[in-house]
Amino acid sequence: MSEIDLVDGNLALKEIQKLDGHTDRVWSLAWNPAAGAGGLPPTLASCSGDKTARIWQQGPSGSWNCTAVLEDAHNRTVRSCAWSPCGKLLATGSFDATTAIWQQIGGDFECVATLEGHENEVKGVAWNSSGSFLATCSRDKSVWIWEMQPGNEFDCASVLHGHTQDVKMVQWHPHLDVLVSVSYDNSIRIWIEDGDLNGWSCVQTLGETSSGHSSTVWALSFSSGGDRMVTCSDDLTMKIWDTTNNPSEDGSWDGIIATGAADDSICLFHETKDSLVGGLSYSLILKKDKAHDMDVNSVQWNPNEPKILASASDDGSIKLWRLTQVP
Amino acid sequence: MTLGLINANPVVHAKKERIVRAEDNHAADAVDSLDVFDSVRDIRDPEHPYSLEQLSVLSEESITVDKKLGRIQITFTPTVQHCSMATVIGLCLRVKLLQSFPLHFKVDINVSPGSHADEESVNKQLNDKERVAAALENPSLRQLVDECLCSSEL
Repeated sequence: MSEIDLVDGNLALKEIQKLDGHTDRVWSLAWNPAAGAGGLPPTLASCSGDKTARIWQQGPSGSWNCTAVLEDAHNRTVRSCAWSPCGKLLATGSFDATTAIWQQIGGDFECVATLEGHENEVKGVAWNSSGSFLATCSRDKSVWIWEMQPGNEFDCASVLHGHTQDVKMVQWHPHLDVLVSVSYDNSIRIWIEDGDLNGWSCVQTLGETSSGHSSTVWALSFSSGGDRMVTCSDDLTMKIWDTTNNPSEDGSWDGIIATGAADDSICLFHETKDSLVGGLSYSLILKKDKAHDMDVNSVQWNPNEPKILASASDDGSIKLWRLTQVP
Repeated sequence: MTLGLINANPVVHAKKERIVRAEDNHAADAVDSLDVFDSVRDIRDPEHPYSLEQLSVLSEESITVDKKLGRIQITFTPTVQHCSMATVIGLCLRVKLLQSFPLHFKVDINVSPGSHADEESVNKQLNDKERVAAALENPSLRQLVDECLCSSEL
C-alpha cells in the first residue's frame, strides 16, 4: 500500500460504508486487536444507548455486516466497550453500574461475567497490554482495577480514589502497567502500582495549574509507542503530552490524531516540524464537515489497517472511512 | 421535620399574549425564538402549579436561535438563588426541545448570570450530554420531567 504524503496535502476521508442497526446514539467503538491474523476478519464492536453492544465484521466481499447483538446483560445505556488484547473477550461498561464480560462461544456471544461494585454509571473500561488487568471508571469518582483469574473470574485488586468528580475515561499505557484517567473535575491522573506498598496510587495529577484543561476532560489516547498522549476537553482544546522518560528527545513520529466532536465533524491532526518556531507543533491536516448528522462520539483507527477509521455518532450510525490521497 | 417547598410564595405573572402566526410565512425548518418559546412556555414548574412563563423563569427574550449554525440558546432564571430544582427545569427544557425540534439542533441551556448560587455547577451539569442522558434514565427523575411536560400539552 502506498505511503500517504502528509506534508503536501490533498488528503480526503472517503466514506467506505455506513453501518445502521443501533436504535439509539452510539457512544463508543473498539477494534478487535486480533483480527487479520489467524482467520479472524476485521471486527469492530460498538455500544449504544439502546442498551446493546453490536459486533460488525467485514465479509469476503468487502462489505460489513452486523454479526452479533449483545443484549440482555445491561438494563441501561452501554457506554463503553473494549476488547482484551488476545481479542477473545469484550468488556462493556454500562450506566446500570455494572461491567459485563463477553466471550464468543460457538457462534454467539455470551456474558461470562458481571463485575459489580461501582455505585453508579460506569463510563469507561480498558484492558492493560497483557490482559491481566481491567480498569473501570464511574460517576462515583472512583477507578476500579480488576484482576483476571482463571475461569473468567475477576477480583477487585484496587479501588482508586482521588478524582473529585465523575471519571469519564480510563486508558492504559500501550506496554507499561500505567493507568491514566480523565475527569469532569478537569484533571488527568496517572496511577501506578507501588511494589512496596502493594497497592495502586496516583503518582501525578495534571490539572489546570500544570498546563492542564479548564473544563471536563472527556477522552485520552496514547500513541502506539506510548511516548505521547493526547487528551481532549469540553474547553474546546486537545493537549498533547510527552509521556517518555526523556522529554524533548527528537523522536520522529508519524501518528495521525483523529478527533470527533459535537460539531458533527471529524478532524485529523499531525505533527508539523516548524523550523521557524522550533519545537513541537501540530496542525490540522483535514476536516470532514458533516461527517455525521449529529455529534461524533468516538473515532478509532483500525490498528491492523492504519488508514481505516471508524466513527460513531448520536445519529445512531457508525461510519467506516479510508484516508486517501487525492491526485 | 416539615418538608417545605423551596419557594413557598412564588411571584406569578400574567401570560404574554399569544400571537397566532400565519402558516404560509413560516417554513417548517425555519425555527425562531418565538417557536422555541412557544414550545417551552407552558412547561409546569416542578414545585408549583404554574408555567415557567408565569413564574418568569423564562421569556422569549431569553432565547436565541442561530439558524445558520443550527443552535438554540436558552437562559432561564430560577425563582430563588438556592433553587434545587434548577437542574430539573433544565432537563425539562432539554427534553421538550428534543421532542419539538429537528435533532441536529445544538442546544445550550444556562441559568441567567447571577441568578443562582451554584451557577457554574448547574450550567456544567446541564450541558454535559452524558450526565443528561444518565439522568433521564433515572425513572423517578424521568417521571418528574414527564409530569412537568405533560401539563404543557393542550
